[in-house]
Amino acid sequence: MLWELFIVFFRVGCLAFGGGYAIMSLIQRETAGMGWIGIEQFQEIGALSGMAPGSIATNSATLIGYEQGGLAGAIVATTGMILPSLILVVLLAAFFIRLHDRLSVRSAFYGLRPIITALIVYAAISFGFGGQAESGGLFGWETLGMLLICGGCLLAIVKYKLHPLVVLLLSAVAGIVIF
Amino acid sequence: MKLAAVTSAELRMLPQIFIAFLKIGPSTFGGGYAMMATIEKEVVERKGWMKTEEMGDMVSVAGSAPGGVAVNSAAFIGYRLGGVVGAIAAVSGITLPTLAIILLLGLTYSFFADYVKVQAALKGIHAAVVALILVAAWKMARASLFDTLTYMLAAAALAVLLLTNLSSVWLILGGPVIGMAVMGIRRSRKLDVQTEPMSERSNKEAMLPEYYI
Repeated sequence: MLWELFIVFFRVGCLAFGGGYAIMSLIQRETAGMGWIGIEQFQEIGALSGMAPGSIATNSATLIGYEQGGLAGAIVATTGMILPSLILVVLLAAFFIRLHDRLSVRSAFYGLRPIITALIVYAAISFGFGGQAESGGLFGWETLGMLLICGGCLLAIVKYKLHPLVVLLLSAVAGIVIF
Repeated sequence: MKLAAVTSAELRMLPQIFIAFLKIGPSTFGGGYAMMATIEKEVVERKGWMKTEEMGDMVSVAGSAPGGVAVNSAAFIGYRLGGVVGAIAAVSGITLPTLAIILLLGLTYSFFADYVKVQAALKGIHAAVVALILVAAWKMARASLFDTLTYMLAAAALAVLLLTNLSSVWLILGGPVIGMAVMGIRRSRKLDVQTEPMSERSNKEAMLPEYYI
């Protein structure tokens, strides 16, 4: 079990370009494929992960690892997630490779970044509304409430530049009022 | 590559590296630019471990490797200071506080998960996290979509994700291939090869693109 946790998150960690958001849907897919967690539990885990410092993907790995194998599972899953970054960064630093000076690498990122953008947009859609879509209640009060809070948060972050932590606290209060 | 041969000076550095990043860990909330500034302050100004010029190398490496930019920066600095063991010390340092916080949050939630109010609060937070993801998407879009091909790639990728059951692995592998092919063709035809949007920002900010998360 621990080995499986390690392998799954190591694989995901290798693809975590552009930070954590882009691979949220991959984590969901992989862990659902292993029969570890369902969509609703994933939404809970994602919401909790967004509240802690650090990458949302690594935090999700920690919580899923804990669900599956207790403290050892949490550590193994987190390690699996971080190890690819660690190995690659050490190699790049060791050989003084400044990737961004090379046209081939810049070209690769030219093609990769739009994909990452799409993945992050998709992460917002599937993480936000995947549960409601699956239970058939996509066009209900719950979705409306979520859209309201989500819109309010966007306004608070973009226009009023509130700290994410403040926004999260306010939306928790809004959640208690609405739901 | 500095591997097993750890000098005694490097060995003495290890606890210092670990503790320095242990302190930075909890401040990585939201990541990106703010966190880079925190790292620079601790490592360059307070500890004098690295020079400001070296931060450019760090950003370049940390941004192009997979994973969060906080962990990657820690690995880079740790390696420069204490080899592979130093990198491990730095990464453990920056990860442990987060690990503890998220586990505490998870445990606290599981204690109170049966209360309706707690569930409602988490639904509110869920919506807020969706908003945070959208903000990240917007930043990424601004840094990546600037010509016809990049817009088309993003639209096509989103369509594939929404309409098919294809794993995103293929998209992540396919994007760079398309990018390199297109730029290769453009270069062989002597067309301009602009791989990033024009930056209107100052040098300092351009060095730390805001899409790092």
